[in-house]
Amino acid sequence: MKEVINLPVKNIEEEEYHINMGPQHPSTHGVLRLVVSLQGEIVKSLKPHCGYIHRGIEKMCEKDTYPQIIHLTDRMDYLSAHINNHAVCLLVEKALEVEVPERVKYIRTIVDELNRIASHQLWWCSFGMDMGGLTCFFYGLRDREKILDIFEESFGSRLLHSYYTPGGLMMDIHPDFQKNVKVFIKYFRKKIKDYDDLLSGNVIMQLRTKGVGVISKEDAISFGMTGPTGRGSGFSCDVRKHHPYGVYEKVQFNEIVRTEGDTLARYLNRMDEMRESMNIIEQLIDNIPAGDYTAKMKAVIKLPAGEYFQRVESARGELGVYVVSDGNKTPFRMKFRTPSFSNLSTLDYVSRGCKIADLVAIGASMDYVIPDIDR
Amino acid sequence: MNSFFQYFADIFNGVKSLLTGMKVTGRYFFSPWEIVTQQYPENRKTLKMYDRFKGEVIMPHTANNEHRCTGCGICETNCPNGSIEIIQDKIDMPDGKKKRIIDKHIYHLSMCTFCGLCIKTCPSDALAWGQEFEHAVFDRTKLTKILNKPGSSILKDISE
Ligand code: SF4
Ligand code: SF4
Repeated sequence: MKEVINLPVKNIEEEEYHINMGPQHPSTHGVLRLVVSLQGEIVKSLKPHCGYIHRGIEKMCEKDTYPQIIHLTDRMDYLSAHINNHAVCLLVEKALEVEVPERVKYIRTIVDELNRIASHQLWWCSFGMDMGGLTCFFYGLRDREKILDIFEESFGSRLLHSYYTPGGLMMDIHPDFQKNVKVFIKYFRKKIKDYDDLLSGNVIMQLRTKGVGVISKEDAISFGMTGPTGRGSGFSCDVRKHHPYGVYEKVQFNEIVRTEGDTLARYLNRMDEMRESMNIIEQLIDNIPAGDYTAKMKAVIKLPAGEYFQRVESARGELGVYVVSDGNKTPFRMKFRTPSFSNLSTLDYVSRGCKIADLVAIGASMDYVIPDIDR
Repeated sequence: MNSFFQYFADIFNGVKSLLTGMKVTGRYFFSPWEIVTQQYPENRKTLKMYDRFKGEVIMPHTANNEHRCTGCGICETNCPNGSIEIIQDKIDMPDGKKKRIIDKHIYHLSMCTFCGLCIKTCPSDALAWGQEFEHAVFDRTKLTKILNKPGSSILKDISE
């Protein structure tokens, strides 16, 4: 007969235990490992472990010339690749006091907004999927495909474009670009209603997000939350409004701010931002001035010695680029202030006391891109 | 009493919201052509990539097996990750001078990040984007290519 071993039975309802969420978990959207300390189903605390996809981009930048750096910034937040390129280009142009042609500014603004829509579409896909609605994933990707086709036709690639260069653009837009963008806007205005029908109004999604993961405005500011996430807590932080670049001064658009600070506010902020982005594109697409697609730049770009900082509004929030130059053709030190990293820092604070399923919802609403966290 | 009505209103609204969602999925269920993007690989025969598509870096050759590369090495310096290696050669010109030509333009497709700097900065427009995108091979040494074809020479009007 088998010997019966009597182990002391632990009551897991009372004891705290740790589980690993990730690094290979579908709802962390990449290789992010969260060590969650649980009591029953309640999250007691949480430790994010970063660095699984750290490539040392900042260090690599120190050996690259400024035009070469552009293609590395694509690989930080790959979903807003154009916007990351824009940050470095603006910084170089500011340091050299180069005036880029109006045409370039218009094209860059339009392409940035298209990129923002594409990024939010993918976020919507994955948000729906994390909530348990796989259908969203297919519908969102189908519409994103249309933008990627426009990108592919004009810039040659779908995700990592390296389209901007310091002083201008790699090449001019495709002759069909304006026509296709207009077709897309008309198409997407119809399809975004599907998004609302399918997910925004859905009772399950409403119950799982309303009042979940509330961050106050003060906390949002002290954690440095920006982008649609920070604006969901009432923190008005749109770089496009407060420190305009490109042609954002010339267009009419609203900064989307909600004060609830919960998961639903962050969700609705992104939905409204897609509509705002379409408004911006519609105002610009017919008025692209003729002209050169790049300013005259020297073959070897050297920044004067000094410190430079430039920020842009990427799809996830404020992206800051900081460069210390010693007058050489490569930067002496380069630092990126990436939005996902700051937004991640709140996760421990906001998820304490939530259920583990709420943690998935909160994480989805923050829209992390892991290479953006780790760089 | 109020909470009693609220209870049923919540149930009603909940079911309504679910039905609204199911209307959308139902519509696509009966019109699948609205949801299909493309049928790769079934459409491989007819699939045509855009002209600007960045599949790989190629060196276009004319019908006489002539290319435009002078072997200057600018693309090699501009490549951010060392995907290009230029091996130069010297030939004797009739006037007794030595002239630099390209011996091998080695391109490591496996390391290329498709940034386009080599193509943009080449002074004689010798490089271009190719539309081939099915790069899967069993051995990665196959991804190292020599872009100038064997026996090729430089185009006359470039060398002068
Ligand atoms: S491809 Fe162009 S840049 Fe490269 S070695 Fe030949 S001529 Fe020079
Ligand atoms: S596209 Fe960029 S990475 Fe690829 S070979 Fe040319 S310069 Fe190098």
